[in-house]
Amino acid sequence: MTPHFGLAEFGFLLRGLQWTVLLTLVAFAGGCTAGLAVALLRTCGHKGVEWITRIYIGIFQGTPLLLQLFVVYYGLALTGLKLDAFVAVAIGFTVNASAFLGEIWRGAIQAVPRGQTEAAMALGLHYSSRMRDIVLPQAIRISLPATIGYLVQLIKGTSLAAIVGFIELARAGQIVSNQTFQPLLVFGVVGAMYFILCWPLSWWGSRMEARLALASQR
Amino acid sequence: MGYTLDFSVVWHAMPALLWGCVGTMGLALAGMTLAMVIGVAGVAARDSKAAWLRALVIGFVEVVRNTPFLVQIFFLFFALPLAGLKLNPTATAIIALGVNGGAYAIEIIRGGVQSIHKGQVEAGYALGLHKGQVFRFIVLKPALRAIYPSLTGQFIMLTLTSSICSAVSAFELTSVAQRIESDTFRSFEVYFSVTFLYLAISWLLMLGFAVVSHRFFSYPTR
Repeated sequence: MTPHFGLAEFGFLLRGLQWTVLLTLVAFAGGCTAGLAVALLRTCGHKGVEWITRIYIGIFQGTPLLLQLFVVYYGLALTGLKLDAFVAVAIGFTVNASAFLGEIWRGAIQAVPRGQTEAAMALGLHYSSRMRDIVLPQAIRISLPATIGYLVQLIKGTSLAAIVGFIELARAGQIVSNQTFQPLLVFGVVGAMYFILCWPLSWWGSRMEARLALASQR
Repeated sequence: MGYTLDFSVVWHAMPALLWGCVGTMGLALAGMTLAMVIGVAGVAARDSKAAWLRALVIGFVEVVRNTPFLVQIFFLFFALPLAGLKLNPTATAIIALGVNGGAYAIEIIRGGVQSIHKGQVEAGYALGLHKGQVFRFIVLKPALRAIYPSLTGQFIMLTLTSSICSAVSAFELTSVAQRIESDTFRSFEVYFSVTFLYLAISWLLMLGFAVVSHRFFSYPTR
């Protein structure tokens, strides 16, 4: 006999949701770190380095996330390292996030008025202090709506880990759907869980965007 | 260790993979066409007088933009037959792509329409343009020009998203790749190569869009 969608099934989905959140947090933290490096290299002023990071970003923007995930997942398997599925997909999402966040922050760094950098140089600040104390704090403010937008993308993107077999929310939904034969109900609930996760972030992001636009008008 | 990469399987499978590329482009094109229809209809409904219709459109856009495409396509895969639409996987994928792209198109097109100031239209009439001319030169072309970059960017995104349609085994590049992978067990080689086929597709699209933009949307300089 087939089980109905009940509390046990809902609990299973909730555990999947936990993995979705954890995967997102790990990938976002890793992506922020690596993305900052990408953004700094992309704006470092050295033609060759800028060109290479530009291609790096272009490859990630021009190919499907699903395929990036496949390549990292099976590529890591080839190295002979016995990695946990979670680690493998987390690395995949981190690499993707580094490119997208790198590009977002590249734009933000370049949007900080040139005079700020010039003034900092005139004051004799060296590169690290100029970036840390002058440029990046302003760039982060500018980039915040787009960064939150990417975070929402990332949460939705982690559903693709289901296709390589990692059990997060979407995969948990598939499993429960196959057990209960109630696909509409199950995927409805799964969709609602993603929505509850993403919608407040989207709302926050667009509100901040509107406020920044208003501030720049003044 | 001892694994040697062997890309010859990819080379042998190239005809099938190129067919997959055609499938992907067809899927994306059909999805985008449907998305544009939903987008234009949605913008009209979004500004209609009926409050329930406005709420419906806003709700639709928010739900689609805040849930993963994978969950959307699974939902539609099971929901469409219940609604009496027994479709093959590829047709289901086109509808899913259209619905997803449509929600983004509504936002983009609406932004374009709002970017035309009323004063510009009035200025057009003041200069003696008639109604058709005002619509063509003052409203349509500048609105298209304003939304063109985001709309074409969205189209490229939709093309890349179409890879997820392999989850319901629609005919496109990724599902072709999955078949070759299960025949040859050369997972890395196949997916690595296919990734660059996708890159080629998106570069081709970008180039095409840039040519169109240069031809139709550049401001006259003389």
